[in-house]
Amino acid sequence: MKRPVSMAFATAGALLLQGCAGWQSVLDPKGPAASEQAWLIWFFTGLCAVVWVLVMIALAAPLMMRSRAQAEPLAIDAGAEGRKLRVVLTAVAVTAAILIGLTLLSFFANRTLAAIGSDASLTIRVTGHQWWWEVRYEDATPSRILTTANEIHIPAGEPVRLLLTSTDVIHSFWIPSLSGKLDLIPGHINVLDIKADKPGVYRGQCAEFCGAQHANMGTFIIAEPRAKFDAWWNDQLQPAVAPAGDEAKAGEDLFLRRPCVMCHRIGGTPAGGTVAPDLTHIASRKTLAAGTLTMSRGNLAAWIADPQGVKPGSHMPVVDLDGDELNAIVAYLEGLK
Amino acid sequence: MSSADITGDRDISKPDTASKGDIAPERDGPRDTGMDDARLHRWLERTWRTPPGIVGALSSVDHKVIARRYLITAFVFLCLGGLNAIAMRIQLSGPQRGLIGPDLYNQLFTMHGVTMMFLFAVPIVQATGIYLVPLMVGTRNIAFPRLNAFGYWIYVSGGVFAWVSFALNMAPDVGWFAYVPLSGPEFAPGKRADVWAQMITYTEVSSLAVAVATIVTVFKQRAPGMSLDKIPLYVWAMLVTSFVVVFAMPAVMITSTFLILDRLVGTHIFNPAEGGDVLLFQHLFWFFGHPEVYIIFLPATGMVSSIIPVFARRPTFGHLGLVLSLVAVGFLSFGLWVHHMFATGLPKLGASFFTASSMMIAIPNGVQIFCWLATLWDGRPVVRTPLLFVFGFFFIFVIGGLTGVMLASVPLDLQVHDTYFVVAHFHYVLIGGSVFPLLGAAYFWFPKISGRMMSERLGRWHFWLAFIGFNATFFPMHLVGLWGMPRRVYTYPAELGWGNINLFISAGAVLFFLSFVLFIFNLAHGALKGAPAGNNPWNAGTLEWATSSPPPSYNFARIPIATHVEPLWAEREALPVATGLRVDARELLISTVAEAHPDIREKSAAPSIWPLLAAISVGATFVYSIFTPWAVVWGAAPIAITLIGWFWPKGDPEDEE
Repeated sequence: MKRPVSMAFATAGALLLQGCAGWQSVLDPKGPAASEQAWLIWFFTGLCAVVWVLVMIALAAPLMMRSRAQAEPLAIDAGAEGRKLRVVLTAVAVTAAILIGLTLLSFFANRTLAAIGSDASLTIRVTGHQWWWEVRYEDATPSRILTTANEIHIPAGEPVRLLLTSTDVIHSFWIPSLSGKLDLIPGHINVLDIKADKPGVYRGQCAEFCGAQHANMGTFIIAEPRAKFDAWWNDQLQPAVAPAGDEAKAGEDLFLRRPCVMCHRIGGTPAGGTVAPDLTHIASRKTLAAGTLTMSRGNLAAWIADPQGVKPGSHMPVVDLDGDELNAIVAYLEGLK
Repeated sequence: MSSADITGDRDISKPDTASKGDIAPERDGPRDTGMDDARLHRWLERTWRTPPGIVGALSSVDHKVIARRYLITAFVFLCLGGLNAIAMRIQLSGPQRGLIGPDLYNQLFTMHGVTMMFLFAVPIVQATGIYLVPLMVGTRNIAFPRLNAFGYWIYVSGGVFAWVSFALNMAPDVGWFAYVPLSGPEFAPGKRADVWAQMITYTEVSSLAVAVATIVTVFKQRAPGMSLDKIPLYVWAMLVTSFVVVFAMPAVMITSTFLILDRLVGTHIFNPAEGGDVLLFQHLFWFFGHPEVYIIFLPATGMVSSIIPVFARRPTFGHLGLVLSLVAVGFLSFGLWVHHMFATGLPKLGASFFTASSMMIAIPNGVQIFCWLATLWDGRPVVRTPLLFVFGFFFIFVIGGLTGVMLASVPLDLQVHDTYFVVAHFHYVLIGGSVFPLLGAAYFWFPKISGRMMSERLGRWHFWLAFIGFNATFFPMHLVGLWGMPRRVYTYPAELGWGNINLFISAGAVLFFLSFVLFIFNLAHGALKGAPAGNNPWNAGTLEWATSSPPPSYNFARIPIATHVEPLWAEREALPVATGLRVDARELLISTVAEAHPDIREKSAAPSIWPLLAAISVGATFVYSIFTPWAVVWGAAPIAITLIGWFWPKGDPEDEE
């Protein structure tokens, strides 16, 4: 029984080093909630490991005994049974005490998590769609309400309140390095408070099975210093920049005449669809199709030309475009910084 | 019914009811009292055998015949579910692999879950019970043998229905839990989600049938003298499991029926736009779903409790404590379903209550572990393959139990919920807690079922291959889950760094799969060439070892009397027996619930083709009803006809009293 144990630990050791560097890891916390949870995971793991080792010792001990099990199975030594009973009862009492301790620990950790967002000043509504995230920044001034998709900019060091809901099926919002997950449920609004200690990009993805493209429903939290965040918000409120150059102008024209306009919105143009991501500043985002592709001219073209190849089952239809038309649309979208 | 006039060769206290209306002599037939062994065998064999021919085989109501079919069918489904898993592991062995697309992958993991839970795990533990419980309590057949046969046929038709759907590319693709609205009419067009809902109905009907038969067998058919304190732990485990089945399964039948109504009739039970609620589905599903885990696990604890005393050469330590733990787990299993729903945004105080209740179930489970360890502590046990698998069970299941304690904590669960950490956890619990004991039980009871031993040498190879393969597959999943990999994804991006570990996991899965190939070989080798086993190859103490291997159709020539929880250890020379049952009719001895005093003699149903015909008409109605609600109306007629045939009076004077 020794071989697999050491093998498991060797594997664990070797792979742990590789995985911790990830930007979507529970073990690499970057906010107060995830830090509390990571601490809890390590504590539980340590305690459980001790318990497990003790049980394994108790299991291995009889195998080392010199005396064989008795030939007469019903000849039981009453004194030995009494001693065993005391040991078993003690073990049960210790188990109960540990479990009560862990329950209390868990209860107080939950209170700590609940207190993180009590003074949040920024509220963002995140709506799950198959298979992308609609992100709406709430503001008392209607003209400052901002809608974007898939990437959530937040000010670093400040708690932010997320209101989670869905218009189709159940999704779950999860940024492992910042916080635990919470479901987006049609007909319900869930509140998740998050806080990133430092600026950075934190990846997450949908954690509740939501259909064909559940695997490609990524999201990013981009934490920035307050000033940079404010500037970003103001930029995003601007209507789309006018296309520069003939090709891009042709692209805008095509976009507005073709089915694209039925689903997508581009601020400052007649395109006002709301069933698909807002493209007003699409070129300012890091990824396409909810974290499926990185933003580049080539990937934009690939996504528009063959959405069902890139993300099979997604609701983005194939639009019949020839090469020039595709290039024109890509040139237009690429300019929407 | 005839009142019992059973005589034991021991002083079994006679019930007070012995004189109530004894049957008239002209209705009586030859009894086993004083009959010589050869003549007794001929009589009983003629009375109890399964009729010859194909129709005869399909009519069988012998619990051993039905159980063997159940075991083989469930094992076939295990292999199919395993092939699903291998296909998934190949797709996940590297980032962005294009072997399997999302449409097929989602069917694969749904079929894997559905097959393993509903077509393998529950049926196989119940099948083991169908075989062993009547033997262990010393009776001649299970209660309601025709219902038992009906349960098997319904189970087979449900399984075939699910896998034919898969072959037709219309298998459910909404997960084994099939949450709405994803499985609802708007987001799951086609018939895939209906296949899920109806398959659930099939398998629940069959497991309810088995549960009822098991409960009645244990309560009313125990050998004289087997008072409650002398019931073997395995039988206790099956009894508690059967009660859990009876109370848990209706919840999922309601869930799947509501879903069918939403999809087929246009109700809005789960539609938030019309005042329905999607979380209702989850509550109903997990009110069944959590006890389901214990339906799979508790019988396995019974197997562990049967194997350990035999190889530790002493009765189980803490018999009463183990029985009370079983009952406690059965009750508590209904109080912690919400820990599957912590991420749905429940009120925080309510969630904390379920943390406490989930932690609490670890206490009775701990009692069981400690009692087993204490049983082993009397000296070096005899290490044979069944015990090796029990050691594997301890190693793996304790890890699964401890990660379960982690998942009970709300803040911790919010990070690992729906990640590969949970996948690792429940495979440690279900494979460690149930499949390893089942494999141990296979080696342990194979000689009883087949009359031959399995190879000990191959058994050891099998154990180490399974043990290493299992841990190599599932231990790294804890890590990749903590690194952020969610469940039920058909692919993942390369830059997240999950590629190498997933390749390692896939290699482990192949190893684990190969261990089952070796197991099949060992089974075949044992059945064909194994050494003859004799009645009691392990020198065990419970009643199933008192009869020949394999047991005759009537199980025991004379009904044994239980004088101890391990009767064969207490009575070394000859087991005391009770006599007085008729040999020309299928008669059982019915005993009192608590003390197991012989009470009355009762007829046991004869072979009949009607349960099969009833199962066919019920099955056809279920399939038809995924297309139209009118199926319930049209299907009622053939079901009624087959049930009338099933229950047609036999002209037996007893029926007319």
